[in-house]
Amino acid sequence: MSTRLANGGRLIDRTKPVSFMFNGKKMGGYAGDTLASALLANDQMLVGRSFKYHRPRGIVASGAEEPNGLVNLGKGGRFEPNQRVTTQELYEGLEAASQNHFPSLEFDVGAVNAKLAKFMPAGFYYKMFIHPRPLWKHVYEPFIRKAAGLGKAPKDRDADVYEHFYHFVDVLVVGGGITGLSAALAAGRAGARVLLVEQTAHWGGRGVVDGAQIDGLDAGAWVKGALQDLEKMENVEFVSRCMAAGVYDHGYALAYERLTDHLVDKSGARHRLWRIRAAQIVTATGAIERPLSFAGNDVPGVMLASAVRDYVVDYGASVGDRTVVVTNNDDAYRTAIAMKSAGLDVPAIIDARPAAGPLADEAKALGIRVLFGAAVAQVQGGKRVTGVATCSQAGEGAMLEEIPCECVAMSGGWSPVVHLWSHCGGKLLWDDAQSHFRPDPDRPPLGADGQGFVTTAGAAQGHLSTRDCIETGHEAGAAAAIAVGLSGNSGKPAGGDAPEEAPMEPVWMMPQGAPYKLRSKMWLDYQNDVKVSDVQLAAQEGYESVEHTKRYTTLGMATDQGKLSNINGLAVLSNALGQEIPATGTTTFRPPYTPISLGSIGGEASRDLFQPLRKTPIHDWSDANGAEWEPVGQWRRVYAYKRGDETTQDAVNREVKNTREALGLLDASTLGKLIVQGPDAGKFLDMMYTNMMSTLPVGKCRYGLMCNEQGFLMDDGVVARIAEDRWLCHTTTGGADHIHAHMEEWLQTEWWDWKVYVANVTEQYAQVAVVGPNARKVLEKLGGMDVSKDALPFMQWRDGTLGGFDCRAYRISFSGELSYEIAVPASQGAAFWEALIEAGGEFGVMPYGTEALHILRAEKGFIMIGDETDGTVIPQDLGLNWALSKKKDDYLGKRGQERSNMVDPDRWKLVGLESTDGSVIPDGAYAVADGENANGQRNTQGRITSTYFSANLDRGIAMGLVKDGPNRMGEVIDFPKVDGKVVQAKIVSPVFYDPDGEKQNV
Amino acid sequence: MLILTCPYCGVKADETELSAGGEAHLKRFGPGSSEDEFEGYLFVRENPKGVHFERWRHSYGCGKWFHAARCTMTLEVFGTYPAQTFEPPQDIKDAISAKRPNWRWRDFS
Repeated sequence: MSTRLANGGRLIDRTKPVSFMFNGKKMGGYAGDTLASALLANDQMLVGRSFKYHRPRGIVASGAEEPNGLVNLGKGGRFEPNQRVTTQELYEGLEAASQNHFPSLEFDVGAVNAKLAKFMPAGFYYKMFIHPRPLWKHVYEPFIRKAAGLGKAPKDRDADVYEHFYHFVDVLVVGGGITGLSAALAAGRAGARVLLVEQTAHWGGRGVVDGAQIDGLDAGAWVKGALQDLEKMENVEFVSRCMAAGVYDHGYALAYERLTDHLVDKSGARHRLWRIRAAQIVTATGAIERPLSFAGNDVPGVMLASAVRDYVVDYGASVGDRTVVVTNNDDAYRTAIAMKSAGLDVPAIIDARPAAGPLADEAKALGIRVLFGAAVAQVQGGKRVTGVATCSQAGEGAMLEEIPCECVAMSGGWSPVVHLWSHCGGKLLWDDAQSHFRPDPDRPPLGADGQGFVTTAGAAQGHLSTRDCIETGHEAGAAAAIAVGLSGNSGKPAGGDAPEEAPMEPVWMMPQGAPYKLRSKMWLDYQNDVKVSDVQLAAQEGYESVEHTKRYTTLGMATDQGKLSNINGLAVLSNALGQEIPATGTTTFRPPYTPISLGSIGGEASRDLFQPLRKTPIHDWSDANGAEWEPVGQWRRVYAYKRGDETTQDAVNREVKNTREALGLLDASTLGKLIVQGPDAGKFLDMMYTNMMSTLPVGKCRYGLMCNEQGFLMDDGVVARIAEDRWLCHTTTGGADHIHAHMEEWLQTEWWDWKVYVANVTEQYAQVAVVGPNARKVLEKLGGMDVSKDALPFMQWRDGTLGGFDCRAYRISFSGELSYEIAVPASQGAAFWEALIEAGGEFGVMPYGTEALHILRAEKGFIMIGDETDGTVIPQDLGLNWALSKKKDDYLGKRGQERSNMVDPDRWKLVGLESTDGSVIPDGAYAVADGENANGQRNTQGRITSTYFSANLDRGIAMGLVKDGPNRMGEVIDFPKVDGKVVQAKIVSPVFYDPDGEKQNV
Repeated sequence: MLILTCPYCGVKADETELSAGGEAHLKRFGPGSSEDEFEGYLFVRENPKGVHFERWRHSYGCGKWFHAARCTMTLEVFGTYPAQTFEPPQDIKDAISAKRPNWRWRDFS
């Protein structure tokens, strides 16, 4: 059984016990443990189930590359799935639960899939769920949905907060092992601003675990000294628990710092996302050990050799009393020696090579049996290892002997972590001697100047000795400082040891001639259940590209992205295709290096800070007077003003009726207001609008349409000519900023010789629509300017005062009622509004919201941008031909509207629609036509664009686009609803109320 | 996340300050143009692997439109220049020629 040893564990503090829960069971560990080491110390070998076959899964690794140890962590607002036990530090009260099993981890009914493995080969889902088609919806899809995903999705809102941190440095060094420390020391001494980040909580990397010697010191002591030296340099910062997640264009990098994941106290920001601009980046990201492919290599207790010694050396946790080491290189002998030093037994080292280096002699001297040219034929055991059967590596798996053991420590060599190098275009080369891909220094990611901005050093560049790591780290740090123009002295690199090692030999399958029976039990990808036989089958079925094989077999997908499986998988694929590994290539490395929280990506931008909130000057009054708010872009507008315990619909009905019968006030301040001024302003507006604006007399208003070059409507609004060279253009609420930008674009990039300025003055004014039969009365009561029919006729404007407020009064109407829109300086908006409310008391004044505004305009058949238009609608579709100037040679959209599809008589056109039963037709409903289309769906002939209950008409009214609609008045068409019923509607004029416009011209 | 220098205000602007505006040096075709001309103006664009000319706006800065000459493969930036021009200025062309001797883009070289 796996257990805690009596001694050892350089990272744990045995004086500080910590308790935690796993699957509802209370367990104990020590401060400094990871969840993985604590689970092993509690003999929890089984930590999860695999995705496809639900095979028992145990911990394989000790770091970020872990594919199996994924748990649901935390609860409530801090619940999170797929957290790696190897990177989660233990704290008092931690709660974790294993994933992907039913009903329990120990007994899982899904494990029956493993018995059916023969029937679930590569591409199983693609092959199985295609036919028969009708089974898809009710059988296949529910099945796949149930099986999809490893963890559970959180249900509660995230209780934590997150933050972004912007940072600028000369040199970013990634990785706090001895290589990264050397690089930071060299760059720091030369005077560079340096940021050094390390993804774990500890400095020194593998060198410290493996007993490296540096400058005559133990690596641990040297690392301590190096950190003290860095601490003294004001130009150097170093941050642990901070993973460089991605490298992007022009020296941009993201780093993900975990602030509270290891703490009991969760207050403050949980994660900090560092958004870094670095002139130079040094990736000292180390290397990841590869598994070996032998039958049963997924049984809990089979682990990476380096992980086995990490658990013993760092945490004093052993996987079992007897560890068999399986290897193709010398490094794994260090595990055997570490086990012996910890007082544990190593029954054998199974080395696929014919001979090994001096470490083998050391192992033999400790009494360990070393079997050369040997292989594992089969791992014995189900939910945990009970032993291994050996065979010759050269053969086909004939068993030689059985060796009882609890742990199998495997090593297939080391693969440099090249992710960050590759993210932004760095290229790789294949190193035959070490059988791995490593960065090609001649083809780095390039910056804005065409020069490389990333260098790599140490194990990340394939250097495995302490001496080489330190020297290459130092060189990279010094070179980065020179590259940013610094000439300071980088000093000398420390002296590291470099014990002699025999070369490794590539072993992609154990034994080399393994039959199908063994190959189908050799796991490449533990998380996604991809075996050697699956990749071979994919190759046989014609999947030659490594990218296609990845998708087809699921090799290297999901949370670990193949950190352990990729190289082994593409070696098997290459062998099956009969080509060299570099010819097969790798899949694409994409950020982030390991998963980062969505919260950290959002940073501070959540809840109230999600985006800036724009409030009109009248906002506070509305908020205090029953406003029900709705978001309109970044604005909040009042949907309706509720009184007492009125429902929202009651309030809307009351507002609509009152505005037609007495007096309504609308806060129209959000409407966009753009000043267009200059000698060529008229000419410019004639291009922007479909109407003629240059001929508009000063003092008058004109409703205008704006189209894009394709001819489609993009905005509308009333334009007023303020002076000979000055116009004020109203835009829609949502349009102010982008119409301003649209005008600027044309002025700067097409007609840059025209003398025109555009200024967005939207927020300079508060604007109030005073609407209804009593509108004039209330303004006359306020007094000041003459607002009579003769002094201020319809579609004109005047400057003046009302109730002592400086104002500009526009006589325009979006409701069909007698209506004024009064603009006052924004600072006077609230006071002016309150003056109107007070003066309007005797005239039955009520404020109204956007829903009443919509209903009032729909009763009159006025279009709304975004309802009647959707980016495919031209003015001609909406019966707005009267607003298209015939006199102008050109305006934006004129040529686009001449295209054949735009003049097709079959285009859907605007009509009114009256349900025959008086009901409100659902928004967006389609009118069906005879027959079916190629997909077997009913043909359509129109759709609803606006639909409301009209309190004034006491029935549902709608507008819609219908094929040849204006020529089909009186015809009844069918609108099926989602409940399967059909509502019938009569095609009518879109003007439902006061068709002659008598009410606004009084 | 590119960095481009705004030729108006001189700021080395991060991509978050900028808005991309598609291909540069398009010629507008309006009423009276043929179907082919109008199609080309609206829809037909270069898709080069290498030297490219693009429109950018310093949206969260000075608000000005400018052009950038850069390599779509290596992300190398050859230069930026004001948008009020029908073709890239000679110094920009020279900067490209120094790095990509036989470059060609539409009618420019």
